[in-house]
Amino acid sequence: MDNAQKTETNNHRLLKKNGSSSKRNESRGKVLVYSSAAIVIIATLAITIFLGYKGIRTFFVFDVNVWNFLTTTGWDGTENSGAFSFIFGSFAVTFLAALVAAPLGIGSAIFMTEIAKKWGQKVLQPVIEILVGIPSVVYGLIGVTVIVPLLRDNVGGLGFSLLAGMIVVGVMILPTITSISADAIKAIPQDIKDASYGLGATRWQTIYKVIIPAALPSLMTAIVLGMARAFGEALAVQMVIGNVKGLPESIIDQAATLTSIITLDMPHTTYGSVHNSLLWSLGLFLLIMSYVFIIIIRVVSSRRKV
Amino acid sequence: MSRRIVNNLATSVFILCAVIMTATLVYLLGYILTNGLSNVDWSFITSNSSSSMEGGGIKNQLWNSFYILIVTLIFSVPLGVLGGIYLAEYAKPSKLTNVIRTSVEVLSSLPSIVVGMFGLLVFVQYAGLGYSIIAGALALTVFNLPIIVRVTEDSIRSVPKKQKNASLALGITHWHTVKTVLVPAAFPGILTGILLSAGRIFGEAAALLFTAGLSTNNLQFDTWNPFNSDSPLNPFRSAETLSVHIWKVNSQGIMPDVDEIASGSAAVLIIFVLVFNVTARVIGNVIYNKITGSK
Repeated sequence: MDNAQKTETNNHRLLKKNGSSSKRNESRGKVLVYSSAAIVIIATLAITIFLGYKGIRTFFVFDVNVWNFLTTTGWDGTENSGAFSFIFGSFAVTFLAALVAAPLGIGSAIFMTEIAKKWGQKVLQPVIEILVGIPSVVYGLIGVTVIVPLLRDNVGGLGFSLLAGMIVVGVMILPTITSISADAIKAIPQDIKDASYGLGATRWQTIYKVIIPAALPSLMTAIVLGMARAFGEALAVQMVIGNVKGLPESIIDQAATLTSIITLDMPHTTYGSVHNSLLWSLGLFLLIMSYVFIIIIRVVSSRRKV
Repeated sequence: MSRRIVNNLATSVFILCAVIMTATLVYLLGYILTNGLSNVDWSFITSNSSSSMEGGGIKNQLWNSFYILIVTLIFSVPLGVLGGIYLAEYAKPSKLTNVIRTSVEVLSSLPSIVVGMFGLLVFVQYAGLGYSIIAGALALTVFNLPIIVRVTEDSIRSVPKKQKNASLALGITHWHTVKTVLVPAAFPGILTGILLSAGRIFGEAAALLFTAGLSTNNLQFDTWNPFNSDSPLNPFRSAETLSVHIWKVNSQGIMPDVDEIASGSAAVLIIFVLVFNVTARVIGNVIYNKITGSK
């Protein structure tokens, strides 16, 4: 009797648990999860739409000529302003930084995956993580206090230059390139390497003839991701590049980038003015470029073999 | 024979790459700490900053950095974790899922200055929040969300399938399984990711220039009424953070001890970022050892 009663209350409890309340819980969970996913989409759409609207507006409201804007120099905050020197500056810093960071990064990745497999990983993994963690203002500060004077004394010019930007941004994107390259090389099946060693190839021959070709699409992805980061970097570049609005004539000349000019001019312009509107167009350019980098990465990694 | 020489040469080049990278980090940290810590003392950390006179401190900036960090995490962790759960558990291979994955990718590759501009337009101007902690934190949420989503998805996916199936086989519903089995099992991974992202938020400046502003009140640490404009807790006041302070002092500072303030602030900033990183690593390792059973 007592037992039967117990079973009944137990059954009742279980039934209740499995009944409508758990169903309600289930759908409440679903609502939470789906709406969070929706917010991610909404945020992306909102950024694209708002920046698109503000950026394109310049060309309709103020009659700025798009072609003129993209291809001429001379930035005076009027309808005739051209942003070419900043576009050039951004691309120059990006490619130069990749020139520094790609060989160093891929070299370090090969070191930690092929040469010192055990301790190389142990030492370089934290190095990568800490380098990623250092804030960009700190990179900029070191650029200003160490690299700029060093260049001024040894290379010439003012020190504030494309070259300084290249070094600072190169170091900043180094960990990105290294860690993705290392993952790519680790993903190559050991069999392929063993086959190469079995044929009597040296380690260098294996790296050069087998590992690098097999990992190439992923290595390219690593470099493009690094370049995307370099292109969008703002404060570190702004602090060392000199922010001169003309085209640089050499690598030791001062220059400016899209990000550095937005950083500098944004607080000084009045909302709704031509100058302000032009800055939004530069922002839109940055946004479009980050889409372009994503597309490039998709194209490159679709050729991935490993 | 020459192949051996080439091989050795190549090996030394690779070693050199790794040495350069490690040396760069050691130099960076060494430089910041040796140069900066000599300017850091108790009064530097506990006094108000000064815009023109010598001897300003970083009390308010340091507080603002932590406050913005916490508000950002309050916004971005629940959203990001739920988004990650969606991708790991609920997403079916469909167009919509693709759109979400692309969105996460786009958000994570946005330049932080673009996020700052978006924040300026939408949070500061359209929503009328002005330069404020809350606008800064919302901008940083945009910036942090994709990181948390990814970390959560990865951590949940790495929970063994058996655990989930066992729970489902007991008749426990999907959402209840997520709550009581998957998320607890994935928690260490998620926590590590959150701590690493906290380090990034703490050091972020570009997205805050136009959202949290370039100035801060001298906070009264005895008024805890959040509506008082000098209260540390007021989320609607403009709040210069430590990293923004470094940038501002360096580019527009007119006080005579600009270099000392900048390097001291950088040292403090780096120490906190390192603390976040090391804590994340330690927690990650402890958990890894626990799970794999290797000591």
